[in-house]
Amino acid sequence: MNDARDKMATAHDNTMKQREAEADGNAPVVSVESVHKSFGTHKVLNGINLSVNRGETLAVLGRSGTGKSVLLRLIIGLTQPDSGSIRVGGDDLAGLTLDQLGAIRKKMGFLFQHAALYDSLTVAENVAFPLDHHRRDMSKSDKDDLVRRLLAEVGIEDALERMPSDISGGMQKRVGLARALALEPEILLLDEPTAGLDPISSREIDELILKLQRERQMASIVVTHDLFSARSIASHLALLDQGNVVVQGQFEDLQQSDIGFVKEFLKQS
Amino acid sequence: MSSLGSDVTAALGAEVPKRRPAPQFAGFSAKLVTDFFEWFGHLGIFAWKVARAAVTPPFEWREFIRQLDEVGSKSFPLVALAGAAVGIIISLETRYSLTRFGAKSLFPATLVYSVIQVMGPVITGLVVSGRVGAGIGAELASMKVTEQIDAIEASAINPYRLLAATRILACIVMLPLLTIAADACGLLTGWFAQALVEPLSFHQFIESGFHGATFNAFLPPTFKTAVYGLIIGVIACFQGMRTRGGAEGVGRAATNSVVLASLFLILADVVLVKFILVVFP
Repeated sequence: MNDARDKMATAHDNTMKQREAEADGNAPVVSVESVHKSFGTHKVLNGINLSVNRGETLAVLGRSGTGKSVLLRLIIGLTQPDSGSIRVGGDDLAGLTLDQLGAIRKKMGFLFQHAALYDSLTVAENVAFPLDHHRRDMSKSDKDDLVRRLLAEVGIEDALERMPSDISGGMQKRVGLARALALEPEILLLDEPTAGLDPISSREIDELILKLQRERQMASIVVTHDLFSARSIASHLALLDQGNVVVQGQFEDLQQSDIGFVKEFLKQS
Repeated sequence: MSSLGSDVTAALGAEVPKRRPAPQFAGFSAKLVTDFFEWFGHLGIFAWKVARAAVTPPFEWREFIRQLDEVGSKSFPLVALAGAAVGIIISLETRYSLTRFGAKSLFPATLVYSVIQVMGPVITGLVVSGRVGAGIGAELASMKVTEQIDAIEASAINPYRLLAATRILACIVMLPLLTIAADACGLLTGWFAQALVEPLSFHQFIESGFHGATFNAFLPPTFKTAVYGLIIGVIACFQGMRTRGGAEGVGRAATNSVVLASLFLILADVVLVKFILVVFP
């Protein structure tokens, strides 16, 4: 009973501290504290801590299967942590209903690894999908204009009426990005934005992300194992191994690290 | 004796045959029982989430109307054809039996009662279960494995409201209407099959068939199909939205949707028939 009361008091204190920090303007927009996640007996995340401030871009690196994508799913509430706390804009995601989570998710844009476009809708309808549900007060012509503007921003304004199956992987990622930006999110989560793309398309996507960050000043978390991409778009990096953050900081911090795994990762990348 | 035999064999240096491992029936049965209750538990949680999403705004009217079209208009030709076939079959079978027992005058009433009370609802339920159940199961399963349902959720849209509630409600609304259509086609073709053999006007057929009938005789069997709609919708959405494992998972979800929906539909019919007989005597 006392334990439960203590936990509640601690959670309340954390929320108050977060609010005060927010008022000062230096609070992390996303903070992940001591998060553990297992699937069956397989431990994926082992008490990881990360935070991102407004205008910053964190690149999460690591080998395949180290829980990078799981981390993004936890942040947007698609998966629940076994323990630990995840805060988005000061709100703890634990114990929220789907509709309460919805209010927080409106602040976030998510680009899935395989874009996850709605295959029965056209490109324009895909981008308009969040607007149709959350901007019901917007007129159809305003929505159409916004969709055109978003698609122009990601460089595929001529693909409006095409179906997702008729466009390339790179274009699908761009559409996914335009859809993620539709509700003008404060936080952008990108899951392997350059995976499966040729080097030219990868660099184009990187430049696009950089441009969006400059223009919109969002907090971004980019999961990737493309070190070149991470270096060019991120303000700081975190390297994951066996469910832990092995090293976190600027690219130079990774280069100077004495940890064997970090050296090996940099050497192979 | 056998122990002595084994000892002797061992002493002679011959290989002692290993005991065959006991069959793992106990473990298998326990898993089967656990899976069975787990499935119902998850189904209950799913149904609760859908029910809560269905009664809280915002309502997804546009998707609901689209689903009415998917479930209703697009199933109509198949249901009408099945109803028509049933009408002809019942007409041919009953005419033969009634003539044999000298009760040919009961033909119109027998056809009307057989089609409206028994065959129409069940055939409609099974046909819709096959077409719509498989369709919903496969569509949602495909959306699940390609992360489209996650994308809906990530866009702050409740997938239980947008995908499940709309489909389930469309099934509930359209099943009775499709049953009426199947019944009408069945009666029409049943009369036509009879009229080809022996002159009988449609007016005469209807008057004789519905003579002395009350609403209680026909409305409950028609509207019980709303329960079939609930079963088809819930099972198909549940199977679709819990799919795992790529193309194989999608196929499994479609198959399971049809098999389980048809099975539960028939079981529900047993209960509903008894219920109707008790409540609407």
